[in-house]
Amino acid sequence: MRQKFVRAFGGAAVLALALGASAACADDTKNSSSGSDCKVKIAFFGALSGGNANLGINIKDGAKLAIDQYTKANPNGCKIELVQKDSQGDEKQAPAIADAIIGDSSIIGVVGPAFSGESKAANPKLSGAGVTIITPSATNPTLADQGWKTFHRALGNDAAQGPAAGRYIKDVLKAQKVFVIDDTSEYGKGLADQVKKVVTPVATGTTSKGQTDFSALITAIKAAGPDAIYYGGYYAEGGPFLKALRGQGVKATFVGGDGLKDPGLIEGAGKEAAEGTVVTCPCVPPDKAGNFAADYKAATGQEAGTYSAEAFDAANIFIEGIKAGNTTRAKMEAFVDGYNGKGITTTFKFTDKGEIDLSAVAVWAYEVKDGKIVAKQEIPKP
Amino acid sequence: MMSKLRALDNRRLGFLSGIGDRWHALPKPWRIAFGLAFVVFLFALPRINIPFFRTVETDFTTVLWTVAIYVLVAVGLNVVIGLAGLLDLGYIGFFAVGAYSVALFGSPQSVLATKYPWLVCVPIAIALTMLSGVLLGWPTLRVRGDYLAIVTLGFGELIRLIAEKGDALTNGPRGIAEIPYPPGKWPAGVNSEWTGLDMFGPVTSLGWYWLTLVLVIVCMWAARRIEHSRVGRAWLAIREDEDAAEIMGVQAFRFKLWAFAIGAALGGLSGAIFAGKQNFMSSGSFELMTSILFVAMVVIGGSGNLAGVTLGAILVWYLPFKLQDFNITIDGERINFTEYRLLLFGLALIVIMTFRPQGLLPKRYRSSQPPAAAKEEVPV
Amino acid sequence: MQFEYWLDNFWSLTVGGLTQGAIYALVALGYTLVYGVLRLINFAHSEVFMIGTFAVPIAWTAIGYGRDAHPSGLGSVVLLFAVGLIAAALASAATAMLVERVAYRPLRPKNPPSLIFLITAIGASVVLSEAVGLLVKRKPMGAMTLIQPKEVFTIFGTSVDNVQLLVVGAAIGMMLLLDQFINRTRAGRGVRAVAQNPDAAALMGVNRDRIILMIFMLGGIMAGGAALLYMIKVGSTKYDAGFLLGVKAFAAAVLGGIGNLRGALLGGLLLGVVENWGAGLIGDKWIDATAFVVLVVILMFRPTGLLGESLGRARA
Repeated sequence: MRQKFVRAFGGAAVLALALGASAACADDTKNSSSGSDCKVKIAFFGALSGGNANLGINIKDGAKLAIDQYTKANPNGCKIELVQKDSQGDEKQAPAIADAIIGDSSIIGVVGPAFSGESKAANPKLSGAGVTIITPSATNPTLADQGWKTFHRALGNDAAQGPAAGRYIKDVLKAQKVFVIDDTSEYGKGLADQVKKVVTPVATGTTSKGQTDFSALITAIKAAGPDAIYYGGYYAEGGPFLKALRGQGVKATFVGGDGLKDPGLIEGAGKEAAEGTVVTCPCVPPDKAGNFAADYKAATGQEAGTYSAEAFDAANIFIEGIKAGNTTRAKMEAFVDGYNGKGITTTFKFTDKGEIDLSAVAVWAYEVKDGKIVAKQEIPKP
Repeated sequence: MMSKLRALDNRRLGFLSGIGDRWHALPKPWRIAFGLAFVVFLFALPRINIPFFRTVETDFTTVLWTVAIYVLVAVGLNVVIGLAGLLDLGYIGFFAVGAYSVALFGSPQSVLATKYPWLVCVPIAIALTMLSGVLLGWPTLRVRGDYLAIVTLGFGELIRLIAEKGDALTNGPRGIAEIPYPPGKWPAGVNSEWTGLDMFGPVTSLGWYWLTLVLVIVCMWAARRIEHSRVGRAWLAIREDEDAAEIMGVQAFRFKLWAFAIGAALGGLSGAIFAGKQNFMSSGSFELMTSILFVAMVVIGGSGNLAGVTLGAILVWYLPFKLQDFNITIDGERINFTEYRLLLFGLALIVIMTFRPQGLLPKRYRSSQPPAAAKEEVPV
Repeated sequence: MQFEYWLDNFWSLTVGGLTQGAIYALVALGYTLVYGVLRLINFAHSEVFMIGTFAVPIAWTAIGYGRDAHPSGLGSVVLLFAVGLIAAALASAATAMLVERVAYRPLRPKNPPSLIFLITAIGASVVLSEAVGLLVKRKPMGAMTLIQPKEVFTIFGTSVDNVQLLVVGAAIGMMLLLDQFINRTRAGRGVRAVAQNPDAAALMGVNRDRIILMIFMLGGIMAGGAALLYMIKVGSTKYDAGFLLGVKAFAAAVLGGIGNLRGALLGGLLLGVVENWGAGLIGDKWIDATAFVVLVVILMFRPTGLLGESLGRARA
């Protein structure tokens, strides 16, 4: 009996050793991509499933369109593959994905990470390994101050969006009393703080994730009697909040950031309560970006969404780099740092911190009309 | 159908316990040799390429580290649920206290700005979580079992809410970055690209995996010692019948408090490792659903049995990563299995509690102990 | 502490709290009924409520009243209220009975410790909310505005509107009906008998399994009522809308004395008000924390609640 067991155990051990030996060889095979038959990869990093998948899919499709167009125009050029990494927007999953990107040396650039939270978890790794990052959507201003060498942002940050929203409230709406609310999230609080720098609020308040009963907050709003309300937060709470607000007879103009720019806002608030809500976004309306909107529709069957155009631009910067023969991480980083060119949304020239010229950033105001979010005007620069 | 499945499951168990018996029948030197070989195998695992086992879409070393850290959580929670029989639904609270201790005392971004190194933060984290365990346990361990579950749930949510809303201290969902990590640099010869990089820095995960593995082995050994000590026997007595235990002179409250404190300390240690490895964390890392997954791994694997809870942790944390490699798309949308994880483990909780309440790898009792597992096999 | 603000807005916070509290009370009844009879916490009850909230807009859309519809005239509002109530009560009661069949009944003959039931109920809760979440892709679902809030009267300068009156009134009405059912009918006597002494009740010819199923159904109907009132008040729902409300309703049930029907009403209203006062006093971001602190404190110092546990003791 015992002998049999020992034999079985010994067999298992031998097998394990054999597998271990095969490992050493297997590990080396994946680094053979940068050979003469030029073939490189760009990774998309963001949510493709879960509650925030909409935004991630917009970005992925924008980047994919850029690469598909390149492949069509340059059939004999360097082959570029878009690797899709689904993080679900979860900062706990982000490090494992960042490590996987680092481990595949044929990935020379990342379009993403899409959100600010996962950026903070993944970017130290990516930056430490020298992988160039161009995010088309993470707008938290502090991301640029973390000392990540390879970080770049292809759009204005909340420090551009927030003051623009403030100017819109002050100059276009001409509101006297403004009530500023944030959802205490990384994104919402950052944005509301920027707005407060331009307009002095009569009072402030907060909501929290998953909140549905806003009676205490609405009591405070009624007590303050504002003529505009700024909400820094996402549509999930913004929708029901807006509905409760209108239900309680508060007529003040509702202004929010790009976190509200989603059909979910209208689903949550209802068409009537949402009517007239103003949403700001440092993103250019797709139909103002040349043929992009039509091409995107043709390729995906969907209307181009928020940040699709920015992702298209980010991917095109990498494509330019690869066309110029920069097929290693170090070369690509140097190329992007020195890049100066015009994309469909704005002009790209990155500062030391990886930001684009904030004074050149266009922030647009969108308005809810008949249950749809439509572009209204570009917010005038100061 | 049901009875067939049940028979099959019994055969599986019979087979497993057969292996167990043979293992115990082996001479001690053999067992030590095999044990050491297995440990060496575990340390070498990130470098071994086992087909199908290795993850492709996500970095294998990081996945192994993730599993290791949650095995540590399972070992700690097992003390509370498996050994003392206290259902703790808010274990994530202790994990969070441990993680925040390291972040607050260590990171230059925190308001405390003490900037202690990681190695100093860890004992602080353990002490603080033990303290919070005692503070929570002192008033609540007197209430009934199912009430206790809800109180701990409330505690877990309260910790998360403080983390989320108390942004003067914790910086809320914006989180704290630049969390310190242990010192040490990779020497030459391990990997040519790593030489000179921080061993526990953000770029490499291998050092963290090894460190966590060492801690898992140490804690498992310690947990086993405690289980077989007087304290462990007291827990068993309390779990089986608290009133009878009291009559026999076991101070139930004191031992329950011990279980709570020890479990909390292990949770705090795991949190401290988590914070150091992640380098950045925010209140978003401590959602209550994660706490439910903690309970799931202990209960599904087999509460009370270290091998069982290890299996549970592997099922809950490794499988979703592995399933990501199978690039399955439906209607052009990619399926990410992490999204289905809660659904599947929720189902598993119902099914396993109904058909095998002891879990997949039930605890085996030594002959000196009452056959508690047999009690639940009363014919229906 | 913002005492001045709290005093200035005392009545407004109180009215808002009572409205929310009425919904807690209806959900709390589900916990109380199951606990009163089985001495078990039905952790999945929050999802019973959540499924009811989805049933309301689905039913309204099915009969032609989509998200942006405008019901006109008192007749159609009453009719839609009835349709919503029936749909939500059916969906919630069916879910509750399903939970009983899947998570409770198979275990009962083995008579395991109550923790085992709690774990299966947690499993059922997770399965229900995740299944709905995956079905609707975790997006919110909105319902039409059934009743446009309009001020009815003012009290100490605070306006009270028709929605608030309806929510509180309907909740109290449903609770009175349930109270009468338990105290006056034959089936209600069965419930009380099983709660008091299951074995004696079985010997007297009460079908225990049927009574237990009925208990879950009654709890489900009450949760369905809460779901309709919630959709009228809040107007949209999500797959995870149940969890927080469920924990708070449980806290309300414990606060009033779990197992005690009138305790659930008292506890619900009280919790809603305390929570709003807490938000007024220390800032609205601590509103959820207030509820959890109340729960922990009550369980520590008076686990039997304000009115005591007593479904069995005849008075209901």
